[in-house]
Formats: sequence, structure tokens, C-alpha cells
Amino acid sequence: MNTNAHVKYRIGKSRGFQGLILTLAFACVIPLLAILVYIIKAGITKINWKFFVNVPKPVGEAGGGIANALLGSFIIIVVASIIAIPIGVLCGIYLSENRKSKLAYWTRLCVDILQGVPSIVVGIVAYFWMVKPLGGFSALSGSVALAIMMLPIVIRSTEETLKLLPDTLREAAYALGMPFHRVILKVIVPCGMSGILSGVMLSVARIAGETAPLLFTAFGNPYLSANITKPMQSLPLLIFNYATSPYNDWHDLAWGASCVLLIFVLVLNISTKLITRKWKVQL
Amino acid sequence: MESTIIRSIDYNAYFGDNHVVKNVNIEIPKNSVVAVMGPSGCGKTTFLRGINRMHELIPGATAKGKIMLNNEDVMEMHPIFVRLKIGMVFQRPNPFPNLSIYDNVIAGYKLNGIKLPKAEKDRIVEHSLTRVALWKEVKDSLTKKGSFLSGGQQQRLCIARAVAMEPEVLLFDEPTSALDPISTSTVEELFHELKKNYSLIIVTHNMQQAARVSDKTAFFYMGELVEYDETKQMFTNPTDIRTQNYITGRFS
Repeated sequence: MNTNAHVKYRIGKSRGFQGLILTLAFACVIPLLAILVYIIKAGITKINWKFFVNVPKPVGEAGGGIANALLGSFIIIVVASIIAIPIGVLCGIYLSENRKSKLAYWTRLCVDILQGVPSIVVGIVAYFWMVKPLGGFSALSGSVALAIMMLPIVIRSTEETLKLLPDTLREAAYALGMPFHRVILKVIVPCGMSGILSGVMLSVARIAGETAPLLFTAFGNPYLSANITKPMQSLPLLIFNYATSPYNDWHDLAWGASCVLLIFVLVLNISTKLITRKWKVQL
Repeated sequence: MESTIIRSIDYNAYFGDNHVVKNVNIEIPKNSVVAVMGPSGCGKTTFLRGINRMHELIPGATAKGKIMLNNEDVMEMHPIFVRLKIGMVFQRPNPFPNLSIYDNVIAGYKLNGIKLPKAEKDRIVEHSLTRVALWKEVKDSLTKKGSFLSGGQQQRLCIARAVAMEPEVLLFDEPTSALDPISTSTVEELFHELKKNYSLIIVTHNMQQAARVSDKTAFFYMGELVEYDETKQMFTNPTDIRTQNYITGRFS
């Protein structure tokens, strides 16, 4: 079988396979590049200083901006993070420290299912939990909905990171007479900080563009507002509302806002990578 | 021989239903080196980890019996007190990767939230590192991370970390099995120095090492303490046929 011709045939086949992998890998990049180019091309011309500091103008007036949506998105995301990060990180610690307990098994299952719950359903749940009892749309209810979306990502990334830390590290700490809470807070969490942080940042990137959970919660607001008990505008809501409107001025705002949102998510993802690398503890 | 520091009385350890240490009665004399040897899976490491209550950290692990430290039963004490009095060094060097060499040495204080004046910390760090013959090598790089050192240096750093707590007993779980021969001999020389101030128990699967470093040797087989005697006596004239077979290499 090892004739010259057959060896050459196998070499050729190997080259063909390598080429196929390369092509398909490249094909994965194309959609992202296409979206980037398209949105930036359409949106970048709409962005200027006024775009960031003005609120939207009524139809027909030029020069409106998205200041209300920027501030709103910022507040909603910060509040969602304040709710989700402590719960998520603590839950992740519990799961990584109690790998085999029944409660951990069920918690893990619930977290996995929660990750698969459609965002619109989360929005409806937040509506019944928050908006109805409180008697009106509010940014806070939107934050709660987004916090629920963040939780599974934070929990699982914390758990996976801490699980990778060697048991010898825990033993070293216990052998020095450290109590459980100090082993966790002073050794385990600092050593896994880069992974926890990257989970947190990825979850923020994930929710920054979520629209559906905000539709019946934060609702949207054409004016600048920083009151979390009242309706509030956000970037995805603004894009959704203005892109579906019939007015050209509003389309322009939607394009610009899409561009801003996209760049924000991109920067967040890239800085996650950089921070993870820089903070990584060499084991 | 001097007074006894640790005495186990009918000590039994289990993993679930698996009975891994069976009725061990042993007396560890003060300021001496005791080697614990035996084939893999004979329960020697489990016994060692039982002494400072590390055994029970493994899910499903339980223990029965008494281990007397001086005149107190460690099974009745809170594990944290036990571990402050009985330090431990592990098989693989495990310095805290997020801490500098300096902070690794005083980790037992720093991470437990004990505040010390700077001068006191400096003294402990220099003293501990000198004890483990590492001070000269690292005194100019104390701020570097512990994981920056070589394996042998890391292991000595871990010994310094245990020594810094001024325990009464130091437990070593196969401390040189991950080290090269030169680092191994450095660590072995340390044992002679350390026994002036501490009582050492060393688990090893290396018979030559047991013969080189210890005053007394215990031989474990299938979870039982088969024989325990002066090291010289043990290696030249063992009484039990199983010890004899093990030492002569008939099984390992």
C-alpha cells in the first residue's frame, strides 16, 4: 500500500482536510465582520458630540441625541450588576465547594435551565413580580429582569473557574489553621479572580443588548431620567422603538445607537480578554 | 528517649465504608524524626492527615479513636487549634500563587487576619527562611511571587510557611517525591536541623530516605501498624516477616 502514489494521495488528502478546516474557521468570522462593517458604516456618520448629550427631539426637528438611553442603560446595568454579582459569585462558590451534595446538583440543574429561559419570559416574570405589585413600569424592574439573565453566566463561570484551582491550594490554607470563610475569601477567590471577573464582564456584555426583558419593565422614556422607580430609556429599547418607527430622523438615531451599543459590547469583550490575561494567577 | 508528644490510641480512619487505618497505637517522641513507610494504599498518608484533622476534609471521610497531643485529644479540639499546633507540608509544593515570597512565609498570620508590626513580620520571615536554608537564595526577591521559585525552593518555602507558625509538630506527606535528587538532599538535611525545635513525622515511600533521616520508623501494611522501632533496629533486624519482606524488596 505504501507506494509512492498512495503516499502522495494521502498527503494530498491531509492538505485538503487542513484547507477545509481553515475555510470553515474563516467562515465563522464572516458574519461578525459583516455586522461590524455594516453597522459602523451606517452608524458612525450619525455620531457626534450632540448625539451623546442631547435627548431625542420630536419628529421633524433635527439634532436629537441618545443621552437618555445612554444614562438609562448605564443605570439599569449597574443596578442589575449590584443585584446579580454578589448572588451569582456566592452561588458559584457554593457549587464549586460542594460538588457532590444534592442541593448543589439541583442548583446546578436550575441554573442550567435558567440559562435557557427565553429573555421575553424573564421579562414577563419580572412584570408580574415587580411592575404589577409596584403599580407601574420602573427601571428597577428592568434591572431585576436583567439580573436574572446575568445570574447563570456569573454562577457557572465562577464555579468553573474555582473548580479548576487545585485542591492542594485549599489544603495549604486549611493546614495553616484558616477557617472556611478565610480560605474562600483570602485564597480561593483571589486566585480565581480573573475567571470570576471575566464571567461578570461577559454577563454584562450579554445583557447590554437585551431588549425583550425591558419591554414590559423599564418600558422606555423619551426624557432624561435617573429615577429607578420610574420608566427609563435604554439603548436596546431606543433601537427597537425608533427602528420600527416611520421617520428617517429616528432611523438615524437607531443606527447611531446600534453602533454605540455594538462598540460597547466589543470593547467589553476585548478588555475581558486583556484583564483575564493580566490578572491570571500563575499556578 | 525523651517525652512523648503525640500518642494515638486505637485510631481508625475510614473513607465511607472503606476501613483504611486500623487500630493504630503509636507514640511519637519529642524532638525526633519518625518516618512512616509502607506500600501504596497502606493508609500511611491517611494516618498522617488524621493527626492534624485534615483527613475529615475529604467528603465521606470519618475517624475514630484518640490522638493525644501532649495531654489533649485532638479529636476533641477544634480543628483550627489543632492545625495551628501541628503544621503540615504536602507532597507537591503548594505556595499561594497570589502571594509574594514574603507574604507566603507569613501567610498563616496574614491570611488569618493577625496584624503584626512590620519589624516582627520581617523577623519571622528572615528567621523562617533561614531555618529552611532559603534566606540567602531569596532575600533579594522577597516581593516576587512564590510560584517564581524552582520546585525545591517552593517546597522549602512551604516548610518555612509551616515553621513560621511555630507549631509543635510538623507533618510531611512525601515531601520530596516531586523533587529532583539535589533538592531532595537539601530538604533531607533540613530535617536534622528542624528536629532540634520540632517533632517531625515524615511519610515516605522511599525506604532509603526513611533509613537516612529518621530516628524511629513505623511500617504500615494494609492499614495496620505492623512494626514500630528504632530505625537502625528496623532496617537491620525487623521482627515481623512482612516488614522483612518489604525491606528486602519482596513486595512494594
